[in-house]
Amino acid sequence: MTAVSTPAVPASEEEARPHKGGHLKPSYWPFVLPALLVVGAVILFPWVFTIWMSLNEWRVGSDTSFVGLANYIRLATDMRFLESLWHTILYTVLSVVAPLILGTAAALAFNTKLPFRGLLRGIFVMPMMATPVAIALVWTMMFHPQLGVLNYLLSLVGIPPQAWVFHPASVIPSLVLVETWQWTPLVMLIVLGGLAAIPQEPYESAQIDGANAWQKFRYITLPMISPFLMVAVIIRTIDALKSFDIIYAITQGGPGTASETINLYLYSVAFAYYDVGYGSAIAVVFFLLIILLSLVLLHLRQRAAWSSGDGK
Amino acid sequence: MNLRKIVHGTWMAFCVFLLVSPALFFFIWMLSLSLKYEIDNGAYPPILIPERIAWKNYAGVFESNNFLLYFKNSIIVTGGATLLALMVGVPAGYGIARMRATKSAMVIMIARMTPGLSFLIPLFLLFQWLGLLGTLVPQILIHLVVTVPIVIWIMISYFETTPLELEEAAMIDGATRWQVFRNVALPIAKPGIVVAFILSVIFSWNNFVFGIVLASRETRTLPVAVYNMLSFEQVSWGPLAAAALIVTLPVLILTIVAQRQIIAGLTAGAVKGG
Repeated sequence: MTAVSTPAVPASEEEARPHKGGHLKPSYWPFVLPALLVVGAVILFPWVFTIWMSLNEWRVGSDTSFVGLANYIRLATDMRFLESLWHTILYTVLSVVAPLILGTAAALAFNTKLPFRGLLRGIFVMPMMATPVAIALVWTMMFHPQLGVLNYLLSLVGIPPQAWVFHPASVIPSLVLVETWQWTPLVMLIVLGGLAAIPQEPYESAQIDGANAWQKFRYITLPMISPFLMVAVIIRTIDALKSFDIIYAITQGGPGTASETINLYLYSVAFAYYDVGYGSAIAVVFFLLIILLSLVLLHLRQRAAWSSGDGK
Repeated sequence: MNLRKIVHGTWMAFCVFLLVSPALFFFIWMLSLSLKYEIDNGAYPPILIPERIAWKNYAGVFESNNFLLYFKNSIIVTGGATLLALMVGVPAGYGIARMRATKSAMVIMIARMTPGLSFLIPLFLLFQWLGLLGTLVPQILIHLVVTVPIVIWIMISYFETTPLELEEAAMIDGATRWQVFRNVALPIAKPGIVVAFILSVIFSWNNFVFGIVLASRETRTLPVAVYNMLSFEQVSWGPLAAAALIVTLPVLILTIVAQRQIIAGLTAGAVKGG
């Protein structure tokens, strides 16, 4: 679905797809069965059970009772939830747009012949593979208003010190900075895959027609990579919505509740207040929100996917 | 012409340096923080390279806080979750690819869209009922939420690219499906398995959210242990940065060493756990 159509590991071209003729009989169930059991236990069971819990008044350590949709009705008037919904939207939009622009620019740069390209790419990719909690702790130190290195770097170029994650107005942009730093590489890799698939001919004819660099980008590169950009947008949207480690480790949703996203609120409700029934209702609504957004984006992608065979 | 090439090359190198510098600076600064005494970490303007190196920050990490126990826990949880995922996920990827039932892999995609926390509530209650809390078993099992989809997803896309002719030939020679899988398909799929293994290890190792809920004092994994250092003692930056670096170092080394596989796997599956 969101797979970019590069094979996981290069196989020779002519072997790339099983040919249509040679059918093997479809009795491969024994191969799939163990995984099915695991998926059933750790993925399907939690889904069903979450829905059931969301219909109950259910707190850890006390009796449960069926309350129908009461938890969902409560959600609609829960100011803290609505506020967290707004934080989530803001955080997500910023965390999609910034990595998308920077990642595309990075992909264009990495698509050229560079000295030490492999090494540079390795360094570039490190932020997204590093342990989120570990980097969150270091970012917290860097954000420190008095002793942090970020305010020092700003002072070098004459910008006054910022409060970063310690002020309600700047906390979300500051967290987005971390998220962008972390996930721009993923966008870069996806777009780089798209760039590699573009043939040379259009550029050559554009060259003959006297197109400048911007025109080449606007009328050749951009349309060709747009399906890949949509993949990046979808993945980034899902991941930004779900973002937890960075926010929890740096601010725990604070100051106050200024950076409390749905995921953070869900955590508090379920594991600080142990109100798992209500927490489940939040989880269900959150999940539906993610699915809905993904479907909208997939629909947009289908409409954008008129170039390059990006089937899967 | 040649001059233009040189100018262009220099310009591109500058661009890439600009792009790489945030990552490079961050990790250098992380290293610097971890090697400084408190007095140097509290200095303004900040010091990049201290006069005296505080090796004791690292020694302190290993001596205190049950760090070695947590290291062992992390290895058991990540190792267990990855091996189990490979055992069930590699055959499943094969079966799905051969049945051309790629649509059924939608479940995997939806699982990837689901926030980790929503698996956590029901499984937490389940583990509580089963009396498993306080052991490492719940964490190994819940990490399967991350590792199984990664493995299945990567193996489907890998087995789709491996040739069928050999398998058909073996079938004609009277081999059973299992023999075909074991002796023909599996050896060819080794590079794909390596990719699945590496990504599974990294995302399981990095996982934090499952640990903060399920881990008790004795069953913490490293990310949870490091986070707890923050709230536990008076926050001193040097030891904290040292601990953070130790936790993430295995992953960073793996990233550099297995860069090609990681990139191939990420762009094929675009998977991320948690």
